[in-house]
Amino acid sequence: MNPTGFFRRFGWPVLLVILAALPIVGIVGEGFLSHVLILVLLNAAMAQAWNIIGGYGGQVSFGHSVFFGIGAYGAAYAVCVSETTPWPGVLIGALLAALVAILVSYPCFKLKGHYFAIATFAIVEIFNRLFMIWDWVGGAVGLDYTILEDGWKNFTWSVDKRGYYYGILIIFALVFSLVRWISRSRAGYYLRAIREGQETAESLGVNSTGMKLAAMALSAFLAALCGAFYAQYNFRVDPPMVMSLDMSMKFVLVTILGGIGTFRGPLLGAIVLVPLQEYSRAYLSRLGSGVDLIIFGLIIVLMMEFQPGGIMGIIQHYSDSKKRTSRRRGVTEASS
Amino acid sequence: MSAILSVRNVSMQFGALMANKDVSFDVEPGTVVGLIGPNGAGKTTLFNCVAGFYKPSAGSILFHGEDITGMPSYRVARKGLARTFQVVRPLKEMTVLENIMVGAYMSHGDTKRALAFAEECMRTCFLEEWRDKPSGDMTIGNKKRLEIARALATGPKMLLLDEAVAGLTSTEVKEMVDVIKRLKATGLTILMVEHIMEAIMPIADKIVVLAHGEKIAEGIPGDVVRNNEVITAYLGKKYAEGMAKGHGSRS
Amino acid sequence: MSILTQVVLDGLWAGMLYGLIAAGLSLIWGVMDVLNFAHGEFLMVGMYVSFFTGFLFKIDPIISWIAAGAFLFILGVLTYKLVIARILGKAMAPLLATFGLSMIIKNVVLNRFTPNFRILEGTLLEGRSFMIADVIVPLPQFATALLSLVVLGALYLMLTRTRFGWAIQATALDKEAANLMGINTEQIYLLVFGIGGACVGIAGGLLPSYLATHPDVGTLFGLIAFMVVAMGGFGSIPGALIAAIMIGLVESLAGFYIGPVYKYIAVFGVYLIIILVRPKGLFGW
Repeated sequence: MNPTGFFRRFGWPVLLVILAALPIVGIVGEGFLSHVLILVLLNAAMAQAWNIIGGYGGQVSFGHSVFFGIGAYGAAYAVCVSETTPWPGVLIGALLAALVAILVSYPCFKLKGHYFAIATFAIVEIFNRLFMIWDWVGGAVGLDYTILEDGWKNFTWSVDKRGYYYGILIIFALVFSLVRWISRSRAGYYLRAIREGQETAESLGVNSTGMKLAAMALSAFLAALCGAFYAQYNFRVDPPMVMSLDMSMKFVLVTILGGIGTFRGPLLGAIVLVPLQEYSRAYLSRLGSGVDLIIFGLIIVLMMEFQPGGIMGIIQHYSDSKKRTSRRRGVTEASS
Repeated sequence: MSAILSVRNVSMQFGALMANKDVSFDVEPGTVVGLIGPNGAGKTTLFNCVAGFYKPSAGSILFHGEDITGMPSYRVARKGLARTFQVVRPLKEMTVLENIMVGAYMSHGDTKRALAFAEECMRTCFLEEWRDKPSGDMTIGNKKRLEIARALATGPKMLLLDEAVAGLTSTEVKEMVDVIKRLKATGLTILMVEHIMEAIMPIADKIVVLAHGEKIAEGIPGDVVRNNEVITAYLGKKYAEGMAKGHGSRS
Repeated sequence: MSILTQVVLDGLWAGMLYGLIAAGLSLIWGVMDVLNFAHGEFLMVGMYVSFFTGFLFKIDPIISWIAAGAFLFILGVLTYKLVIARILGKAMAPLLATFGLSMIIKNVVLNRFTPNFRILEGTLLEGRSFMIADVIVPLPQFATALLSLVVLGALYLMLTRTRFGWAIQATALDKEAANLMGINTEQIYLLVFGIGGACVGIAGGLLPSYLATHPDVGTLFGLIAFMVVAMGGFGSIPGALIAAIMIGLVESLAGFYIGPVYKYIAVFGVYLIIILVRPKGLFGW
């Protein structure tokens, strides 16, 4: 077995084992690095959740912050208003997000291209403003957590970040394993077929509307789980923090910068972007506000200009050119 | 023998344009039927009505005795009526085998068996050497055979081919005719729309001729080519009269 | 009755301004199928240009919109050259690249000029208004609306009555054919991006006579412009104006009769309903 074959086959479980071992060897615990690692896993999971419908299914949604937000509010509502553990809120929030996704997407799937994109902008803005004035969930102030006892029951840890790390690792593993399984099964083929040509897919027996709705619902459910984690991790939630175009853009950008419609893309995107953003925010703040976002914007522009295929595109390009040179070498060897 | 497909009094109107007017014909199981006619005769419109892409304004389409008029195309496909597209539509970013896999998943739920069947359909259509190439990069002839392979992979009872040989080089036409003959030999029922008569004559058991949206002739290929109305529709009135005179003087 | 008239007229003034803002976006979308995400930031830059010409050189927005328009023409041309030209026609790439651009513009402005709200004091139109019967017409809003209409009219005439306008339309319909007919389509794209920028720049240049300037001011205007263009059917200037006035009216009516916090919920809601009934916009094909 050559190294690439080994990587293809066992790379994923090996990666999971390594990630699970990080706290044991002392890399994850307290401090900034742990925080960055948690955010990398969170962003990777968010991007991969989006990738199901946006990448594989080709329906570029800018509305995922709505589902993320519903998940966040689900957990926060259970903790702050119902004063229970977050768990029932997590489940209800995720189911509710899936339901909202179906209701909202069904009419929007009739729209094409920019029209679909703009409709999803409008949906985010409507939800954002509704939550801003909805006193039941704290309105514009949002919901603030009170001090809770550490542990899995409340999904809260005040200093040691290992609990959060394992929590997000479970979500990350769930999302990635699901996508890995889907991409190799009938549903994965069907989604890609819809992306490449909806009428053609239908002529081959694919119920494209049903398929897209199912993918959107699953994507929203998983995005909501990430949202719930985000609320628990930050001890608070308010509309601009979770339900905004900027948050929606995160889902899209991490995926696209990593490589849209690929399994590894969302992880690669998060590995590159999150540390870059977190460290530039931490260390460039003396240059005045916004410098981290200027750099972020610049990276987006440069990536779109020179490699719209994202990091996966660069890898592809590199491995293709390597193959080509080796083939050329083979030819010259044969002729000499 | 009862018909596998019955087109009954189908009319299709787009605004003021009558694309099909009261067309009826039957397709018997295991036969190859050619639907021909000059440009703008309404062949493709009728074809799209049968395949569930349009809902006809009037009339009905029966498949195995079941009314499938206006049924969404994916359900028509699941009934066992698979189509190809005149303007080829490869799923570009997917490889040739992956394209065929999409069809194969309809007939085989299990990935392993779907894969085996897809490989079989790929070989039937002479596409082995393209297996892992992106389908968007192939020649038009290969793409047309991919259309058929993909439709075949759905395990259809009947195949609808929309101008399978249009725009092909003569070598490619020959390859295509070979593929269709192979399929016919397996007992598959085929309805093929064709603009070029020559391609269809050696394969078809029956020909249905459309002109100006109406059926003007139906019968075995040999009879249809001698039908005066058909000659008029294809070649113009003058030519038909000339032909008739020529025949007369020879006899 | 006079209250209703007042509310409707207020909506009308806003709508006419939205029409000019959206026209630039619509033109760019219609001709090269690019959704410029930085459109709202273009408006914000136009406002800053006008604010600083007013603040530093004591030139009133009623004049300095010209400078803002010229500045944004250049910014539009640069955006095309540096960001769009290379990736035109590549699916989502232009949208995301202009999103990146919007982040850069917004944060450069934030970094240089602070997040403070800047109000231009002592402008010519400030606080002035006149009455029609018992309806108050605020002069800054009225003048802005009127000038928006004039610029829109000029744009429309240019597109439909001049050789240059026909060349733009030919390029929009079929780039290859236009190329064969000897139209330099590359130059058309460049100028269209410039003109689109100039339109929104002019709108931004007028605004400081009644609106505070700050780095986030463009975001909402940009979103409204997206809705307007999608509602009007892209590439149609009259469509954009009608859709913009509808949006202005909904905003004003909902703000007054339902409550200010529901203003934009109503705007985005109405947009969604219309777009779902007519997926290609009111005047789209």
